[in-house]
Amino acid sequence: MSTLEIKDLQVQVNTEDGPKEILKGVTLTINDGETHAIMGPNGSGKSTLAYSIAGHPRYEVTGGSVTLDGEDVLAMSVDERARAGLFLAMQYPVEVPGVSVANFLRTAKTAIDGEAPKLRTWVKDVNAVLERMNLDPTFSQRSVNEGFSGGEKKRHEIAQLDLLDPKVAILDETDSGLDIDALKVVSEGVNRFRERDGKGVLLITHYTRILRYIKPDHVHVFVAGRVAESGGAELAEELEANGYERFLTAAV
Amino acid sequence: MTAEVLEGALEKVESHLHPEGSFDVDAHEVPTGREEIWRFTPLKRLRGIHADAPLAGTSFTASFDAPASVRADRLEDGSLKGVSGLVPWDRISARALAEAKSSLAVTIPAEAVLERPVFVTIRGTGTDEATAAHLVIRAEKFSKATVVLRFEGSMTLADNVEIVVEDGAQLAVVSIDDWADDAVHVGHRHVRVGRDAQFKHVDITFGGDVVRHDTTADYSGPGGAVEMLGLYFADAGQHIEHRLFGDHTAPKTKSHVVYKGALQGEKAHTVWIGNVLIRKVAEGIETYEENRNLVLTDGCQADSVPNLEIETGEIEGAGHASATARFDDEQLFYLRSRGISEKEAQRLVVHGFFNDLIRQIGVPELEESLAATVEAELAKNVLEGAQ
Repeated sequence: MSTLEIKDLQVQVNTEDGPKEILKGVTLTINDGETHAIMGPNGSGKSTLAYSIAGHPRYEVTGGSVTLDGEDVLAMSVDERARAGLFLAMQYPVEVPGVSVANFLRTAKTAIDGEAPKLRTWVKDVNAVLERMNLDPTFSQRSVNEGFSGGEKKRHEIAQLDLLDPKVAILDETDSGLDIDALKVVSEGVNRFRERDGKGVLLITHYTRILRYIKPDHVHVFVAGRVAESGGAELAEELEANGYERFLTAAV
Repeated sequence: MTAEVLEGALEKVESHLHPEGSFDVDAHEVPTGREEIWRFTPLKRLRGIHADAPLAGTSFTASFDAPASVRADRLEDGSLKGVSGLVPWDRISARALAEAKSSLAVTIPAEAVLERPVFVTIRGTGTDEATAAHLVIRAEKFSKATVVLRFEGSMTLADNVEIVVEDGAQLAVVSIDDWADDAVHVGHRHVRVGRDAQFKHVDITFGGDVVRHDTTADYSGPGGAVEMLGLYFADAGQHIEHRLFGDHTAPKTKSHVVYKGALQGEKAHTVWIGNVLIRKVAEGIETYEENRNLVLTDGCQADSVPNLEIETGEIEGAGHASATARFDDEQLFYLRSRGISEKEAQRLVVHGFFNDLIRQIGVPELEESLAATVEAELAKNVLEGAQ
């Protein structure tokens, strides 16, 4: 079972001109096994939502709540959130020079599970996941995200999703900057994750393209720090045809 | 080309970065700490070696382990002093050279390719009396070798290491200061790099109370390449200083310098001075120097000063970079968002910071133990209280 419940979430960032409110009361529930797509124009606060749930220090939560299976996520540190079962696939994964992918994955897996993975099966598991993500086995000897192409970074994020096996995955514009082949590989990775029991997915995207490969149960249009409208897959089709115009005018 | 010929062929460059040298101890005044080359160094902690303290101490053992083809000679006639072109440019170097009773000369014969490194280990057994030492490493033409200098134990040491890399030779010198906490080591290393020769200097500094290394390189012919890698880790109260000078005295030569350091604890102090001079004659050269410091706790100080003097515009490339920073919040966030605790994430970042460099040392048997030493250093502070 996994339920991510976001209630009236308000978030601000500190800027040179003082605090700026970005999320103005977001309410959203991702029930067991559901995939939700959040779509919105640039600057609507989509990424802020993702990073706030993950606990990035730049974002200050000023109101509302986030719970995972009833546990107060906002009271947890960044790493506690991950160990509780949240995973954020980042739009811009960070380089960690000198730390190999193999070392990173093993350290993360050990932290999440609370014990080191069995050496024999682990190497096999890692190699199998890399292969499924169309990543060369030598990939695990490279430094984390250093010198990776845009596509490699995203495939590496989804490889982590596969290996770390969280309860709820938040995918922040995982489709951006991917060509069609890489998009398919990444989508297949996400779909494999969804096939597992009770996994929740919050898929944040600017484009409808990825929704052809990952079918959402619910679509939310995000405008000016709020959910402006929610619906089914048909809402994505409307956005594909008409763009965000209707929602932007309504928000003004 | 002999030293005299080389010096005669070069113009004199007026610069505060490299004062004129002299073998005469009295030509070097006792430093006060206000001089450019001494202003970062805690003279009071040098136990008088910069002034007049005797340098006749014998509280150490030296061991030597090398393949059979390597010659080791001890010369007492002083004939090797200055053989690399070293002319002491400060009082400690001049005193150490004048007072060293003998010179240990390690020679890699022409065209020999060593199958394993040469190890020279100095193990100090007391700090009461300071010691002067003189070591000469010569890689004869077209030889290929790695020489590892290890410094351990407690000692007050002033030494000059002169290195000659003859034409076409490839030499790596790895120096590891793994002293006890009370050691003082002021070392001068000068290398003269021959035509098309390659020299790699790896300078690793962990231990000691005060460690200062002046490392200088010049070239006796075109096409020589110098790579200098440094790794240091300063703990509370420790002073680690590296002063480098790459003197491009010949055309088509290269110098590539990367020093990385971490600091932790109250009054940990590191100094890195990277001087490069590109003389008029040195057309078509390439130089790059970089220093990165990772400040792990409050109360540390990292000084980092790159200097580049260019006397000719006809060069391939010249650049430098210096950065001193705390942990990168984005790196830590990324790692922690994968469930890794804050302490463990910090440990990984430092491990990676040095690992990048350790991988370039090229002596597999050292790489593992160095990685372990970095971990042990981290355990003193960063890892404290980790799960």
